[in-house]
Amino acid sequence: MQQGDMTPVAWPSDSLTRVPFGLYCNRDQYALEQERIFNGPTWNYLCLAAELPRPGDYLVSGVGEASVIVARAPAGELNAFVNRCAHRGSLLCLKRRGHAENITCVYHGWSYDLAGQLTGVSFERGVKRQGGMPAEFKRSEHNLRRLRIAEFCGLVFGSFDDGASELESYLGPDIAARIRRVLTKPVKVLGRTTQMLPNNWKLYLENVKDSYHASILHLFFTTFEINRLTQKGAIIIDDSGGHHVSYSVADQAADNSAYRQQALRSNKDGYRLEDSSVVEAVDEFGDGITMQILTVFPGFVLQQHLNSIAVRQLLPRGVDRSELVWTILGFEDDDHVMTERRLKQANLVGPAGYISMEDGAVGGFVQRAVRGLEEDSGVLMMGGSDARSQEFRTTEASVRGFWKKYRSLMGA
Amino acid sequence: MDARNPGVPVDQAVRLAVADLLARYVDVIDEGRLEAWPELFAEKCRYLITSAESFEEGLPHGVIYADSRGMLRDRVSALREANIYEPQRYRHLVGPIWVERETETTVRVRSNFLVIRIMHTGDTMLFATGVYRDLVDISSAPYRFIERIVVTDSHKIDTLLAIPL
Repeated sequence: MQQGDMTPVAWPSDSLTRVPFGLYCNRDQYALEQERIFNGPTWNYLCLAAELPRPGDYLVSGVGEASVIVARAPAGELNAFVNRCAHRGSLLCLKRRGHAENITCVYHGWSYDLAGQLTGVSFERGVKRQGGMPAEFKRSEHNLRRLRIAEFCGLVFGSFDDGASELESYLGPDIAARIRRVLTKPVKVLGRTTQMLPNNWKLYLENVKDSYHASILHLFFTTFEINRLTQKGAIIIDDSGGHHVSYSVADQAADNSAYRQQALRSNKDGYRLEDSSVVEAVDEFGDGITMQILTVFPGFVLQQHLNSIAVRQLLPRGVDRSELVWTILGFEDDDHVMTERRLKQANLVGPAGYISMEDGAVGGFVQRAVRGLEEDSGVLMMGGSDARSQEFRTTEASVRGFWKKYRSLMGA
Repeated sequence: MDARNPGVPVDQAVRLAVADLLARYVDVIDEGRLEAWPELFAEKCRYLITSAESFEEGLPHGVIYADSRGMLRDRVSALREANIYEPQRYRHLVGPIWVERETETTVRVRSNFLVIRIMHTGDTMLFATGVYRDLVDISSAPYRFIERIVVTDSHKIDTLLAIPL
């Protein structure tokens, strides 16, 4: 479809406080997002460098709807290119991850090196002097479409657009510092899971950035009377508005034993945990920050909940569906006790997470409710009308920031 | 005689009691009697929901992980009192059961499962398939799970996983 044929959703005003519901279900909008956001001047999380330790390792990731291969070439550098044969457009890698010296298309046997360069065309000279490629065919003109690739703290990002600023300046100093805070040393993968979300990709991003809903929708901590230690906290938003950090700080007086006592405390009306080991945490970064959620526009989340660390990659899968790819992390130098602690605390988050399972469904509640009534708008006025960092978390500033960045890229 | 381990026969009575434990497991979940679910496990136990991909790669993380009956009870009370999810139920179908002797007091059990999720809206979907890999304490009646590793064939989970598999 030509761009001119598409009718994006109209915004009621320049204000960031009104969001038209049509943005979650309009197909033209969705197609334009692929072009202007995912294929546009953004950096999209692809994988961890640690997932491809050896030359020859490859994996299949994605940018928006596009399937993308990330591979470590013989010289050790990482490359990213589309998972699509330059010949007839067939998928190249069918497995999610593997190890290979080159990548060969099963359809007609064209093969590529791990930098995406075409190295072999079957029957290039024909069979028995018949057929074959004409003289003007040049392999070098049929390499795989490459993405720019950049690494930060072991996170690998890709971009289709030469116009995107360098990754670290795209992140900005505050967001970069908050990634560095968590990813201080070599990571190891503890597990993976993929959550299929019944909603438009933007509804999940809004949910992650929404620090207002946390204590209302997620009742685990209050029900079990666990001291959440969330009296202090703040929101950091980068200048573009698209990236954010939300964090909370432990009470100075609180320590692990306080956590335990709180968890075990019982009264007539309340519930208590029988086994509080699920919330027994250590202050591994030494700064008292018990929770830090960080997003990088358009679809990356870095999570630290107590000692549970994970990265999440959000991939749109149609106007009303998205895929959330979780990679649960520890550090290479974790001992057995630390690993066990992380595995137990992983019960708090993810598709079955005590404090987050609702997030898998709430986007679907919006998606189902806007159907057929797309002309109305939602309201984002909590904490004001701008998209700046704030010293409190009862705010929707980072959600407004998302729309600020979104509108600047969509030209709306 | 066990086809996989012909040298170590498992008594027919043991097989029946194992089958009974597996049937009770399905019954308490599908009939909504979740409070009875932790009681099918030993006090010190291991319950893990993982995927075939993670399991084969040796990755230790599971979307649900418990190492005590207390943690399983906490899972149930969280579902009852804290977590918000739309009313839904499961229908489990458990296939052939393989039983192998592990020690004097334990057996290893494997069984295939299929879980259909029925939402309050009537929407019905094939939610999960996979293998239960169990270690069962047979030292006294009733038998209990020392370990139940739920290995799902797919790494994808639709929307959320509230009720245990």
